[in-house]
Amino acid sequence: MSETRQITVTVNGTAHTAEVEPRTTLADFLRHQLELTGTHLGCEHGVCGACTILFDGYSTRACLMLAVQTDGHAITTVEGLAGKDGTLAPIQAAFQKHHGLQCGFCTPGMLMTLTELLRDQPNATEEEVRDVLSGNLCRCTGYSGIVDAAMEVLAQQRGKGA
Amino acid sequence: MKPAAFAYHTPSNIAEAVKILASGVDARVLSGGQSLMPMMNFRFVLPDALIDVNGIAEMSGIAVKGDRIEIGAATRQRELEFSDVIRTHIPLMREAIPNIGHRQTRNRGTIGGSHVHADPAAELPLCSVTLDAELTAQSVRGTRIIAMKDFALGYMMTALQPDEMLTKISLPIWPKGHGYGFTEFTRRRGDFAIVASSILVHMNGGKIGRVAIALGGMGQGPTRVRQAEALLTGKAPTNELIREAATIAGKTEATVDIHATNEYRQHLAKLLTAKTLLKAIARAEGKPDV
Ligand code: FES
Ligand code: FES
Repeated sequence: MSETRQITVTVNGTAHTAEVEPRTTLADFLRHQLELTGTHLGCEHGVCGACTILFDGYSTRACLMLAVQTDGHAITTVEGLAGKDGTLAPIQAAFQKHHGLQCGFCTPGMLMTLTELLRDQPNATEEEVRDVLSGNLCRCTGYSGIVDAAMEVLAQQRGKGA
Repeated sequence: MKPAAFAYHTPSNIAEAVKILASGVDARVLSGGQSLMPMMNFRFVLPDALIDVNGIAEMSGIAVKGDRIEIGAATRQRELEFSDVIRTHIPLMREAIPNIGHRQTRNRGTIGGSHVHADPAAELPLCSVTLDAELTAQSVRGTRIIAMKDFALGYMMTALQPDEMLTKISLPIWPKGHGYGFTEFTRRRGDFAIVASSILVHMNGGKIGRVAIALGGMGQGPTRVRQAEALLTGKAPTNELIREAATIAGKTEATVDIHATNEYRQHLAKLLTAKTLLKAIARAEGKPDV
């Protein structure tokens, strides 16, 4: 094992201080060191989107970042979406309702990408939703349920805002 | 699928970074990591040291400097995508950016990274070729400016020396009201383009005053189609003329790979050049987008 570095990173609101090898990717750090296995690894080269997390609020491939790079930053993973009591976030509930998942492998990444979209593009059209989702591959659903879920939550959000 | 061990450096300024590069170790500069990290995960690249430039403030930012736009090499593609300066002054780049990878990779990927990685189909180097960008390379030996046409030497090869680091990209601003167009063909959204077309047009009294026509994805690197530019310059844009220019573009040398044959690339080059040229000219004439 090569030299390690100490980092302090906030994950889902909790600060963690840990020793990491520079070569450890953020995804492996989350999964193995913090035991947050909700972040999935499909391809480990930036193509599938299963590992998508929010880095300082922006969707990012956790397989293409090093854990050392997160020192002093904030990460949100799929574990951070539901309430402490297990209440699903609206987008999670909508996935359930619209069958936005089958095997569930792509789901954490999908949810993180859509969490960013729901915040940053409250008026997104279906085309814009599909465009953003192009960075997340799903082998099961055919995407329709996922898009339907996103469109429903977008409409709910706008209803509330008006 | 895990990177091999390396020494990790986090310099806080350019001087510190180039000092490490000059020390003779096999070092790579880590910027957005959207190309380098996959190559390290695959162990195609096994550097002894990584120089992470994400903490170097002077390498990031977009500034108007007279009649040019200067962009720090570590400026993220996301920042360019949502920049008012880019939208106003370099609308070509604004149109190109959504074609780069995906939201999740643009949030991290940088303009300098895509230039240095030098994939022949990459969008930002193609914009730079169209605009005749100037690139700043720094090393302990000093600073030099490299014209974009001399920078991209070939397939994933640049004019950067092992001890040099790309720090800035400077783009000339075209006259207000100029026309622009960026189109590409991919099989799936976010893939590297099989062929991409990038065009700038400035109209002068009903005639084409100035035009830049470039193609990406054809082979070794992004290229200009000078012969088509010469044909169009000084003439009123007729359909006949546009067709002729597109035919020239379709004769650009192209490579064969798993994605497409050279004939198919040339076919796309012709179609995309015609389409993009029409779009750019219409915009230069102040007509609404079709
Ligand atoms: S595992 Fe990161 S994009 Fe596939
Ligand atoms: S639900 Fe199986 S990959 Fe998407």
